[in-house]
Amino acid sequence: MTSFPWLTVVIFLPLAGAVAVFAVKDTAIRLTALAVTIADLLISLPLWWLFDASSDQMQFLESATWIPSLSINYRLGLDGISLPLVLMTTVLMPLCVLISWHAIETRMRSFMAMLLIMESAMIGVFAALDFVLFYVFWEAMLIPMYLLIGVWGGPNRLYAAVKFFLYTLAGSVLLLVALLVLYFQGGHTFDILQLSQQTYGTTLQIWLFFALFAAFAVKVPMFPFHTWLPDAHVEAPTAGSVILASVLLKMGTYGFLRFSLPMLPDASRLMTPLMIVLSIVAIIYGAYMALAQADLKKLIAYSSVSHMGFVTLGLFMFNIQGIEGAVMQMVNHGITTGGLFLCVGLIYERTHSRQIADNIGLTKPMPRYATFLVIFALSSLGLPGTNSFVGEFMVLAGTFLWSKIATALASVGIILAAAYLLWMVQRVAFGTPHPHLLPKLRDLNLREMATLVPLAVLIFLIGLYPNPMLTRMHASVEKVIARFSPPSHEQVSAVPFPNRNTVNLSGDNLPLSAGSVDVEMTLTDLTRQRP
Amino acid sequence: MTFSTGDLLLILPELLIITAACLVLVLDPVLRPSDKDGLVWLSLATLAVCMGLTASQMGIREAIFSGLVVIDTYAIFWKLLFYFITGLTILLSYSYLKEERLYFGEYYGFILLSLSGMMVMVSAADLLTMYLGTELMSLSLYVMTGLKRAEPRSLEAAAKYFVLGAFSSGILLYGISLLYGATGSTRLPAIAEAIAGHGFADPLLAFSTVLLAVGFGFKLAVVPFHMWTPDVYQGAPTSVTAYMAVAAKAASFGAFLRVFVEGLGGLKADWSAIFLLLCLATLVLGNVVALVQTNIKRMLAYSSIAHAGYALIGVVSAGRIEDSSGIASVLLYMALYTFMTFGAFAIVAMLRKGGIEGEEIEDFTGLAKRHPLAALLMLVFMVSLAGIPPTAGFIGKLYVFRSAVEAGIPWLAAIALVFAVISAYYYLRIVMVMYMRDPVAGSSPIPQFVMSPTLSIVLTCAVAGVVIFGIYPNPLVELAMQAVSTLK
Repeated sequence: MTSFPWLTVVIFLPLAGAVAVFAVKDTAIRLTALAVTIADLLISLPLWWLFDASSDQMQFLESATWIPSLSINYRLGLDGISLPLVLMTTVLMPLCVLISWHAIETRMRSFMAMLLIMESAMIGVFAALDFVLFYVFWEAMLIPMYLLIGVWGGPNRLYAAVKFFLYTLAGSVLLLVALLVLYFQGGHTFDILQLSQQTYGTTLQIWLFFALFAAFAVKVPMFPFHTWLPDAHVEAPTAGSVILASVLLKMGTYGFLRFSLPMLPDASRLMTPLMIVLSIVAIIYGAYMALAQADLKKLIAYSSVSHMGFVTLGLFMFNIQGIEGAVMQMVNHGITTGGLFLCVGLIYERTHSRQIADNIGLTKPMPRYATFLVIFALSSLGLPGTNSFVGEFMVLAGTFLWSKIATALASVGIILAAAYLLWMVQRVAFGTPHPHLLPKLRDLNLREMATLVPLAVLIFLIGLYPNPMLTRMHASVEKVIARFSPPSHEQVSAVPFPNRNTVNLSGDNLPLSAGSVDVEMTLTDLTRQRP
Repeated sequence: MTFSTGDLLLILPELLIITAACLVLVLDPVLRPSDKDGLVWLSLATLAVCMGLTASQMGIREAIFSGLVVIDTYAIFWKLLFYFITGLTILLSYSYLKEERLYFGEYYGFILLSLSGMMVMVSAADLLTMYLGTELMSLSLYVMTGLKRAEPRSLEAAAKYFVLGAFSSGILLYGISLLYGATGSTRLPAIAEAIAGHGFADPLLAFSTVLLAVGFGFKLAVVPFHMWTPDVYQGAPTSVTAYMAVAAKAASFGAFLRVFVEGLGGLKADWSAIFLLLCLATLVLGNVVALVQTNIKRMLAYSSIAHAGYALIGVVSAGRIEDSSGIASVLLYMALYTFMTFGAFAIVAMLRKGGIEGEEIEDFTGLAKRHPLAALLMLVFMVSLAGIPPTAGFIGKLYVFRSAVEAGIPWLAAIALVFAVISAYYYLRIVMVMYMRDPVAGSSPIPQFVMSPTLSIVLTCAVAGVVIFGIYPNPLVELAMQAVSTLK
């Protein structure tokens, strides 16, 4: 590739920015933070075009010895799975700074520093190729996020912050043991790529699977471990909610895809029924809970549980559609839910209430705001033409191969999503606003528009033309799938269906038929693979 | 017994420290009060010279005084650590004693005496020499604990410490005498030779090992021999508490490991099982009881008990594996533990409420608004104690857990990590009161953090250690591995 240390710069620029924030004048804090995040975005953008989509190897590799006595290395690299997630993070961070422009009233300096530290750690998680390095970034996020919720959060912030912290820490406890066990079983290395090529005994795999599961399932969050999420979301400041929903949740699913699936294929296969059941429960339960919420943030929080259920569902299908759909959904959920949380933050700044009942009839006084809200809501419910449709459709197509019943049940989640989101839009956008709130309901200004426009553009860009992203992730996803059926790997790649799939999806009205073609083709593949 | 001048040269650092201690004791009454700062500088200068001397001995392994004392990299590792901690303690005490209006020149003399005791402990190749070192260290600490003569709590702590300390020394001696009966020697190499091929089937051997474990258990403050710790840590002047929690514990580990590896290495499968029980009890009790403390010194006392539990994981693992990585992980853990614990105690010592210490957790309320820097440092120390990367605490845990997994007991690492989560709760509570609560208006005098030049040196060293070794632990790791490689 190139000798320029892209990833190191992208990771550590925000950290340097966090230090710089403490050195500048009071008036320049926000501008500094904004400049740093935008600079980081600009540096990360070229990666999208420099990335060689035809290769399933890690790219932009960097490697240096870090702790030789434990053979821990500083290894960074991106593949088609982590690249979109890194870019999603760098796109979202300037928006998080912008949304906090006036919303944060106290200790602005520390707040911006925390955001920037978070950015470094989050990108580090996606780019790390050494298990210990990954763990360091993974855990390093806890403290800044704890402070973001606990210092700048809502009235019940202490409870939410501690709950978030202990839940995530407790989850990742076994991750450390698991990575040490992998170190000794996988040939005294922490190199993620090497560990992914080893074969471990089935019993060991199952133990390790549950150890990793605890860490990732809490982060996603999967069904029984989700209770920290609504609390953390509701109490966190807007930027914190965006980071939580858009990036932190993805780390759980990214963990499954990067570690559980390739390292522990046998255990993953054995645990598939469990994972599918939990995913479907999350999809339906999250959606039902969202229906019942009167608080906008809680509604979106539960919708996240539901949407992340689609991601885990797709991951454990072990086929191209499922996993690519899951990765798409990870990015899409980041964009869409990020947008929804930004919208809630904007209205909260005005009315100081997140209750749906207080924020009704916004179309008249705030037409621009209402437009964005509708766009994000429609994207969230998976309207064709928006990004989520592509991802959800692919996940469902992948699920269909495995079980028609599961597909049907998961589809219930989509219907419920339409119900709670449209109902929310109906109440918030339409109707008559409270007269006493009218003076507060000024429409979006330029800065606020600037926070929402990029996400809205991305929604349609990905929705109408997902091909660039799909082609970039394709080789990497196939590599993961190859771990499950090594002999049939050649067959799968020999059949050029994925290309047809993506080409068709990018057209306007053919996805359904295209999907069914793929379904049949992969079905034959799978029947060949599975006794 | 014969010895040469060469032997004396090798223990020159010990001799210098003792000379300086005597000088401080003698000079104190004759100096004018305004000149007494000179004693501080004298002590520090001696430490600096000795640090250079000891560092220059690196790499040698000499048994001197007919094998009573051994100078090897293992001892040098600990001694360097002790110099460092003692230096920090003296700097901290300089500010702290002024705030407390305690003017005792002897104080510095006792610190140096106890330091010389520690140096003897880790260099001793004979159980009786080791015992002498332990007593020298402990007796000095008893006196220092009771230094706040006007405060009953301090006196009570000193009395308690003395009684239990003497009791545990008795047990230690009993163990030594039984071991002498079983093996015919108090020299570690001779003991190792005598017990080769024997196991716990020999009741005398089993009994003496258990007694030694109990005696050291008191010194290390592991459960169930920890009862003195919270009271003594709370009652002692905080600078002394910091010294005890860090240096005395490290010295006890230093002597303990040498005795059990060099002397009783042949029984390691047996003692590993004993320490497994102690380790579990320590992890559970230390962490759980720390949860309910409202006094930060007591909380840190239980936290230091818990950390001894984590270090014991390395000991347990060392008994189950052939290479020395388990012991190395203990050395590393204790060295890293030094930075974070000392830093935390330094902050506690200098948080002043009127004339007294703000040692209740409530006193930290809103500290982030009044003293952002002090709060930030405390945050770093707490995060490190909780073992969250990228801090020294994480590296320490990584290495002991690595040994546990290597020793085939990953479940022990898992249990320890569960309790690390519990510990995160009480460490985070300090962060919470500092950052997320506002002090109640109109309550007693609001605690202020008193900064001074010497204190800033202490805090800089501590935080630099926590952060630098958290990110780049390699030099310390190499040193620890080199140190244990000389352990026979």
